[in-house]
Amino acid sequence: MKLLTCPLNGPRNIDEFQYLGPLRPDLAEGAADADWAAHLFRAENRPGPMVEWWRHTPSNTVFLAERHTLTDTILRTWLPGAKP
Amino acid sequence: MTRLPAPFGTRIDRTRPVSFRFEGRRVQGYAGDTIASALMADGQMMLSRSFKYHRPRGAFGLAGAEANTLVQVGAEPNVQADLREVAEGMEVTAQNVAGSLAFDRDAAIGLFARFLPVGFYYRTFMGPTRQAWLRFWEPRIRAKAGLGRVDTGARFPHGDKAHLHCDVLVVGGGPAGLAAASEAARGGADVILCDAGPEPGGSLCHAPQGAASAPEGVRLMTRTACTGWFADNWLSLVQGGTLWRVRARQVIFAVGGIEQPAVFRNNDLPGIISAGAVRRLIRLHGVAPGRRAVVLAGTPEGLDAAEDLAAAGIAIAALVVPRPLPGHEGRIAALGCPVIAGRIEEASGRARVARVRVAGSWVDCDCVAVSVGQAPAWQLPCQAGAVLGHDTASERFVLRLDRPGLHLAGTVNGYAGHAAVVADGRRAGAAALRALGMSAAAEPAPKDIDAALSFWHQPLDPHPGGKDFVDLDEDLQVADLINAVAEGYRELELVKRFTTVGMGPSQGRHSALATARIVAEATAREVAEVGVATARPPAMPEALGTLAGHGHTPERRTALHARHLRLGAEMKPVGAWWRPYLYGRGDREALIAAEVAAVRTGVGLLDVSTLGKLEVRGADAGEFLDRIYTMSHGTQPVGRVRYCLMLNEMGAVVDDGVALRLAPDRFYVTATTGAVARVYADMAMWNAQWGLRVDVANLTGAFAGLNVTGPGARDVLARLPGDIDFSRDAFPYLSGREGVVAGVPVRAMRIGFTGELSYELHCPASHAPALWDAVMAAGEVRPYGLEASRILRLEKGHILIGQDTDALSSPDELGMGWALSSKKPFHVGKRSVEMRRRLGVTRRLAAIAFPAGTRGLGESCLVLADGVPAGHVTSVAQSPTLGHPIALAFVPAALAAPGTGIAIRARDGSTVTGTVTGHAFLDPKNTRQEG
Repeated sequence: MKLLTCPLNGPRNIDEFQYLGPLRPDLAEGAADADWAAHLFRAENRPGPMVEWWRHTPSNTVFLAERHTLTDTILRTWLPGAKP
Repeated sequence: MTRLPAPFGTRIDRTRPVSFRFEGRRVQGYAGDTIASALMADGQMMLSRSFKYHRPRGAFGLAGAEANTLVQVGAEPNVQADLREVAEGMEVTAQNVAGSLAFDRDAAIGLFARFLPVGFYYRTFMGPTRQAWLRFWEPRIRAKAGLGRVDTGARFPHGDKAHLHCDVLVVGGGPAGLAAASEAARGGADVILCDAGPEPGGSLCHAPQGAASAPEGVRLMTRTACTGWFADNWLSLVQGGTLWRVRARQVIFAVGGIEQPAVFRNNDLPGIISAGAVRRLIRLHGVAPGRRAVVLAGTPEGLDAAEDLAAAGIAIAALVVPRPLPGHEGRIAALGCPVIAGRIEEASGRARVARVRVAGSWVDCDCVAVSVGQAPAWQLPCQAGAVLGHDTASERFVLRLDRPGLHLAGTVNGYAGHAAVVADGRRAGAAALRALGMSAAAEPAPKDIDAALSFWHQPLDPHPGGKDFVDLDEDLQVADLINAVAEGYRELELVKRFTTVGMGPSQGRHSALATARIVAEATAREVAEVGVATARPPAMPEALGTLAGHGHTPERRTALHARHLRLGAEMKPVGAWWRPYLYGRGDREALIAAEVAAVRTGVGLLDVSTLGKLEVRGADAGEFLDRIYTMSHGTQPVGRVRYCLMLNEMGAVVDDGVALRLAPDRFYVTATTGAVARVYADMAMWNAQWGLRVDVANLTGAFAGLNVTGPGARDVLARLPGDIDFSRDAFPYLSGREGVVAGVPVRAMRIGFTGELSYELHCPASHAPALWDAVMAAGEVRPYGLEASRILRLEKGHILIGQDTDALSSPDELGMGWALSSKKPFHVGKRSVEMRRRLGVTRRLAAIAFPAGTRGLGESCLVLADGVPAGHVTSVAQSPTLGHPIALAFVPAALAAPGTGIAIRARDGSTVTGTVTGHAFLDPKNTRQEG
């Protein structure tokens, strides 16, 4: 069972966490409908480092993690708004 | 009897005889025996029949790594007889036999072996008719498939699960494991040492170096198999019925090696045993494996076995030495038995080996000790990322494991001599200590003069007569593999799937390396290029009961649970919560109708403690809720209650509730029972992106709720002492108050889910029983359950999220456009709602009334338009108040206008017609709930 380090709670088994999806860039105001649909439905799935949202379920802490999708290694985790 | 006298048999207790039965015959063993050792002591060498040809089979390695030793014990199939200790009264039977082990009718299959080559089933069983497979072949083949018998009525114990943490986990308690554990513990690490046997020591238990014990300061777990390695050094250990989940900072695999069989014609006869197994039988169990033995000494371990045989007084008919063993000439001479340079070409016998042919001559024997060498036990290390390669220079298979937190030690790391094995264990222990940041001197890799002799590269050419088995599990011969390659299956993974090599119970332990060599030879490649098949968990058999553990269904109960039981409620689970469905016994429909009537005409009381309850606090609380929900909350006055509708980004309705503003920076928000966990998570997710000054506390379990509803609700509450004025002017519709009622601190909200005058009283959960009792005593109050509640809300046309909605339901489809604020610049889902409006609404949720007496309606009944399905019913009930059935259903938008007739396919297949009504069936102007 993989370990994932919560920025608040430290290293925990990964079954205490919920994966929330990749970090998406903000969509510009007034974007076209097609761009909005792509924003909603086309999730990034790049081989290599990806920044993703995760949540530690027992404490409801939402944070960001950088994960290498090919090797499935967690490179770092940090709270949003804090420096990574 | 072939039992040897003491000092042989160090593991058995001769003062404690154990009786059990094998194939109906009584056998006596001793405590400490395994089923296999007790049977072999009784002269029973044949233990099972082979998978395909039903050939007689006996134990080869006695290490829990083969199909030959699988037996049925009572109702339990596939028990490893070489590991399972005997117990008084056991009923043991052979598997894969038609009749009995001694007279297996299916042995006749062997007579047709030449017609059953590998892959024959891909080309046969297709005729003579099109239905032949289903009608004739499949039933017969399935009847013969498998090994043991599954008794579906048998009950097996479910295991426990437990957790362990340690600095260093050493897997395998042989010489290397003991040395590694000792070194790590001496350095200050918290060490767990696990071993599958009943005592640590491994080969030390039957070796001249003597007995072993667990080092000081080490947690020892015996009879414990490590079945899997998982991410970040999380390992599964199975001990009896317990599944231990171990998180280790460092793991040392000291899992040893797997003795390999020799490949020659009839190499599968009972009595052909590995050298290590011979030693264990003699030393641990006091069993003479025969009276006249032949020893194939491809490695020095064969000499070890020969010496033990001689010490036990067993004649050695021949010592077969296929290659020179430099440095061991003196030991060979000291045995004083015939020495033949050459190899075993063939064996002969029936239920047991009777003779072998060596260098062209037959030698009579009843036991053959085989020492060809060991393959590193690669399964667990390969799960952890080790690579099994082939060293061409020394012609050996070697493991390499270059990952942090993981170490190999001893035989599995390529060492053979005792001194080198122990030294490598110490080196691994020191390496683990250094990785943990503890001080430990780096030790060089030990020199091992015995390594070169530890594996004999035996020839693997096919015998003209076959029966030279490479995979004892799957009855695969050398020619089978060569022919598979000739058929075009040139890659190992393809050979595996075509021939099934390595798919049997031993999972390739005895066949993988020979297979790799045969495939390499047949494809003119190096063995290293061919490789071995992937090793996956579990590394050894796991009982499903161990994985399942005890059934454990979480239950949530409200603080009023005991009250409901005392009132005769019928309790049912809703998710994890247990809720009252109705009160009383007897005619359910009549009871439900009476509960509905009580609410419509008097006072009803409902436990709403399961509602989600969240407190949103902070300077930006209003702004936060403005973004989360569709209504305006930022401008919501303190003391007012407002409906909350939650959408997801796609503009679909996902939850609803109400929000009571307690202070400019504090809201008390309810959510549906089933959705609150997701709402709570979504709030955290959104605010992680928005960064508003807000904190959300989940009070769902901390607060209880009571709904007092009905025309007389206000009068009942007025009778209770307290500081809240429930009068109409002081407590208007959609307002809330904090105060004390009957001595209980409450948050009271006036809302209208039932369509009647209603007050929801929320209080700390521990106070709920007192509040319930006070309300019940304050007048003619009738408790009601979920069934009545669902009818009451349906009579008002209120939707249930998840029942009347699906993953795509938009507010416009549900007739809830009124809940969308047009003044706010943003709320979750706003953009998508606008886009979907531009696309047009194709379906709407309509309220449909049916004539009295209409029957057969149910949820999911189809709405028909011109005879074709065009929608479905989402909620339906007989309305006791109105006297006829009512429903909510998705219908085409063109049919959603009030007054339109809707055709619905009833449960009995008939078509019934209802009429679309306005939103609410009852009191559409809400005079009852707002009065």
